[in-house]
Amino acid sequence: MSARPPILILHVAGTNRDREAAWACELAGGAPEIVHLNQLLAGERRLADYRMLLLPGGFSYGDDLGAGKLWAVALRYRLGDDLAAFIAAGRPVLGICNGFQALVKAGLLPGVGGREAGAGDWEGGAGGGALSQVFTLTRNDSARFECRWVYLAPQPNSPCIFTRGLAEPIACPVAHGEGKFVARDAGGLAALEAAGLVALRYTGPDAGPAPYPWNPNGSQNDIAGICNPQGNVLGLMPHPEDHIIPAQHPHYHRGERGMTGLALFRNGVKHAAEL
Amino acid sequence: MLYRVEVFTRPDLPDARGESLRCQAAGLGIVGLEAIRVSDLYFLEGDLDDATVARLCDALLYDPVVEQAVIQPLSESAMGSSLERPEQTENALPLCGMSTHAVEVALLPGVTDSVAESLLAGAAMIGVSGLARAATGRRYVVNGRVGLPEVRRLAEGLLANDVIQAYAVDRPIAPPIAPPQSGDGEAEIIPIRNADDDRLIAISEERRLALDLAEMQAIRAFYRREQREPTDLELEMLAQTWSEHCVHKTFKALIEYEELTPDGVPIPDSRRTIDSLLKTFIRGATEQVNKPWVRSAFVDNAGIIAFDDRFDLAFKVETHNHPSALEPFGGANTGVGGVIRDVIGVSARPIANTDVLCFGPADLPFDALPAGVLHPQRIADGVIAGIEDYGNKMGIPTVNGAIVYDPGYTANPLVFCGCLGLLPTGAHRNRPRPGDLVVVIGGRTGRDGLRGATFSSMEMDHRTGQVAGAAVQIGHPIHEKQALEAVLQARDRGLYTAITDCGAGGLSSAVGEMAADLGAEIHLERAPLKYAGLRPWEIWLSEAQERMVLAVPPVHWPALQALCAGLDVEAVALGRFTGDRRLTIRYAGRVVGEMDVDFLHHGIPRRRLRAVWQRPARDLAAETQRPSPFVFSAVPASLERSAEAGAAAQQLLALLASPNIRSKEDVVRRYDHEVQAATVVKPFVGRSMAGPSDAAVLDLRFATGRGRAGGAGHQESDVRSQGVALAAGICSARNGVDPYDAAWAAVDEAFRNCVAVGADPDRIALLDNFCWGNPNLPDRLGGLVRCAWGCHDAAVAYAAPFISGKDSLNNEYTGVDGRKHAIPGTLLISALGIVPDVACTVTSDLKAAGDRIYLVDAMMARGGAAHSASSPSPDRGREVGVYRALHAAMRAGLVRACHDLSEGGLAVAAAEMVIGGGLGMVLRLADVLGPFEHDDTRLFGETSGRLLVEVAPHHAAAFEACLAGQPCAAVGEVIAEPCLHVLGGSGEPALTVALAALEDAWRGHIR
Repeated sequence: MSARPPILILHVAGTNRDREAAWACELAGGAPEIVHLNQLLAGERRLADYRMLLLPGGFSYGDDLGAGKLWAVALRYRLGDDLAAFIAAGRPVLGICNGFQALVKAGLLPGVGGREAGAGDWEGGAGGGALSQVFTLTRNDSARFECRWVYLAPQPNSPCIFTRGLAEPIACPVAHGEGKFVARDAGGLAALEAAGLVALRYTGPDAGPAPYPWNPNGSQNDIAGICNPQGNVLGLMPHPEDHIIPAQHPHYHRGERGMTGLALFRNGVKHAAEL
Repeated sequence: MLYRVEVFTRPDLPDARGESLRCQAAGLGIVGLEAIRVSDLYFLEGDLDDATVARLCDALLYDPVVEQAVIQPLSESAMGSSLERPEQTENALPLCGMSTHAVEVALLPGVTDSVAESLLAGAAMIGVSGLARAATGRRYVVNGRVGLPEVRRLAEGLLANDVIQAYAVDRPIAPPIAPPQSGDGEAEIIPIRNADDDRLIAISEERRLALDLAEMQAIRAFYRREQREPTDLELEMLAQTWSEHCVHKTFKALIEYEELTPDGVPIPDSRRTIDSLLKTFIRGATEQVNKPWVRSAFVDNAGIIAFDDRFDLAFKVETHNHPSALEPFGGANTGVGGVIRDVIGVSARPIANTDVLCFGPADLPFDALPAGVLHPQRIADGVIAGIEDYGNKMGIPTVNGAIVYDPGYTANPLVFCGCLGLLPTGAHRNRPRPGDLVVVIGGRTGRDGLRGATFSSMEMDHRTGQVAGAAVQIGHPIHEKQALEAVLQARDRGLYTAITDCGAGGLSSAVGEMAADLGAEIHLERAPLKYAGLRPWEIWLSEAQERMVLAVPPVHWPALQALCAGLDVEAVALGRFTGDRRLTIRYAGRVVGEMDVDFLHHGIPRRRLRAVWQRPARDLAAETQRPSPFVFSAVPASLERSAEAGAAAQQLLALLASPNIRSKEDVVRRYDHEVQAATVVKPFVGRSMAGPSDAAVLDLRFATGRGRAGGAGHQESDVRSQGVALAAGICSARNGVDPYDAAWAAVDEAFRNCVAVGADPDRIALLDNFCWGNPNLPDRLGGLVRCAWGCHDAAVAYAAPFISGKDSLNNEYTGVDGRKHAIPGTLLISALGIVPDVACTVTSDLKAAGDRIYLVDAMMARGGAAHSASSPSPDRGREVGVYRALHAAMRAGLVRACHDLSEGGLAVAAAEMVIGGGLGMVLRLADVLGPFEHDDTRLFGETSGRLLVEVAPHHAAAFEACLAGQPCAAVGEVIAEPCLHVLGGSGEPALTVALAALEDAWRGHIR
């Protein structure tokens, strides 16, 4: 166990919240390194050498074919087996915003039914792999990109290692246009809930349900973040990496402290260090 | 084989994009629409079969959870021509009067289509090699009580812009895949040596060179000396280099200035010769102020000041007015992209964007719209979407700005885009050496944006959209983001000796400027092109976006190539810097242009211009009953004085709801202001996170590496962290306002906004952006002179140096009826202030009941000395002393909230503090300083220099000691009751409005 576990922060064309993700990991006690996908493909870096993987926010490949879509394709087709092995080994994976979108569209979240996606799943053609996707992140109800602060309630019954033991809500911003979490059908949503895979929910400032704008995008069941059944992969739309010191909070000037997103990173880093 | 794929939202789900369009259509006066549903269209061409296209579709084109797709093979004959098959109205509803129509929209061939590029990349990722070309489009199925004329209006008014797009109603759009072109790579010879003056003018007009006779004569004389004729490339390069946009000939001109009395009688002793507005007024102020922390002013692509002992800040503000008038999304999009490149061009990492927008009234009746002009609402929607797209995708927070509505901007919207960058001190290198390679990195070159530099230097008319279509650029922020990463890595590894961006004038301007002291040899056929068929001059002048030019020593070229390849950034060596002081441009070996760099950069004849300023008849200072030169307007023009009971409350609510004052949250939240994790004073503040902010503050502890030292558990808030504040002040020289005063007001507002959040008044730098009409008209130029003069005097008085500036002239539009529409001369002052301690920043929202409210009035410090440009007041500069005292109080932790008074004066400022804090306030007008005679001028007067300050009772004595001797008065208290109470001059209740009513007026339009 190393004191500061190495964390790979994956950069592709259009990634833009990699640096603050690195600062959060560093403050949480990790040793982050921003690595371009090409460096992994060229063999300059090996995923297996890292204890934690972070897919940061941004507009991968411009989100031109849908948010995170091409990044998902790159993950499955170019990194598929290495990534599947990394997840199977129980190492923590955190996808934030665009990284969350990519994990969902790559079939890596929630991974219901124990399906571990590898490139093989994608070769089904029409009616094959793509159609088996049950959840997605689609356009906000407002049809607009929105940047605003929200509150997230960690769900105590989730197996997620990142939210383990967290009771206090997290305050942090969202900044996205396609963050509405939806299931293909009611059954899928019920199964997700029953399995406890909802790790974070939008909540109002005084806890409880979250009408717009507290649920900023119209996500079903106020879902802000989900994990895989093993709990080592978490994806969320909001940006905990943008609230790691008190001065970043909009109520800093009103004397409010606490509720930073650093707790998520500390849990991830702790888990990575203990592997 | 050619395929068409249509992707649409599952019919059982709502279509958020369509619903949003329906609302926008209603805003444009197109009513009766029940629903719009949107489909994405993809056209795929190549060695493809049904199975391959199905695989592409499944893997790349649609989201199986919420979307469906239909694949349709098209015959080859469909290419380039429309299918005449009538639209099947399968969605038609059997309701009375309801009909269904479809509008299909596609980009014109040659217009950058970044989605299509991504599609090609995606196909390669999944191993499909047969896809040769792709294009995209949109299909809108419109349902409602609308006929074909309304549908066409919808298509032209909202869904398509014929500058860049084609549309089809009720039939499939032709696949917008352009057949490959070929070019001969030849340059054309333009005979000029024997041309007479008429012919010179004709050449300038035919080629839209925007050169006047004196300039054309200088060019003719040059070629007579050279004993040859110019090539098209040479003429285009001269026109670009000598354009107003690139060389600022008005600001460098020799100006004969004269003032007239209000009756039009010349005032002899007002005559003055101004040897360059730039040198006299702008740089002159910077030199006079002489701040040691200014690192670079008016030299580089952006102004640079010191941040701390290890880092510098670079700031630049640009305008992109003409392109935004024609194609609002693309114009604003590339405006943002361009100013970001200016900052990359000084080797800095962009850390914040600003934008200030001026539009015509959103509710302008359609019959009041000049022919050929897009409706202000449409311009606003497109511009905002363009800013959102570029800034968000680049990951640069948009933290400060303003939106101003005025009928004067209907035909000429103004789009000011700013970018702040951070660079290690001394990291910017800008000295190419002979032998260094001329390297272009980033996007490819296409025919987009040809002649943008000259186009933006001309007035517009109703045909401009047709003839200048090529001047519109389409942005690709992801290319720029990756180029940025490449540049910063190259900077840190010392791989280049100089860098600049490709902006207006393209390679011609970038290489021309870098080679100004050396000369260069260029091989144009090496430039990577978006498509074949460009002529040499088109490659040289293209304003295709997202390109940077670097001077790279040959020894570093392999390392730079590897670095760029690793980031998927294209990099090409076009040639080398020579040292022979000539630009030699070749295409496939043949010389297509040759130019002496001294003539190129110094051969332009200096302009001599006449400027006349007619002094305004109205005595504004008298109207406001206060002897301040900073009068902007006494009372908002929309208001009538009224003695009725409750009138003041009605006035306040009307002001809060007026377009120029009400909350812009619906726009601003579309910009990511949090990315990079530094924004500690945000655009919206307070308990509700909805109160307005005077300026943005960025905490740079992480960006400068100071915040990362601590490990887990370390309490970072204990560390003092330095930050930077960004603010703006804008003024327009409307009827009766002396632009001199307006300029001073703009400087004061930008400066004061910085102070209000905690910036050090002795560490504030300014940027100027003038947008004016045609400077060849003496009255227009007279106003511009007054405005620049005011800038100078204010900057000197405030000891705030200008570090960068830009002017956009010829903002005039001639309608189809021959009527000229000039903008009101407009000045934007952007301020950049160092915040010594982020922990001592202040927001505008009220914090605690029982606190005291003070009104600080910096202008009162001047003792009311009359001002005149020719006899400066001895008290000038005293207002800064007030700001210094206030800053000292902030540093001592004595200030809980602070808010500047601007539009709507004291009443609106107080209301905004109430809205942000969720508390109430009592104000006593009897205690308001100044010789105001009426309560409504006390309440609503818009004089400069004023701030409302909240102080806790136990700090009141210390605060008053800090402000001792300064114009500062206790005027009220914070109360728990959520209500604004104002007591009149005699102590009687003058205004009482509940918080809920204030909020409803100010932000009720935000759902």
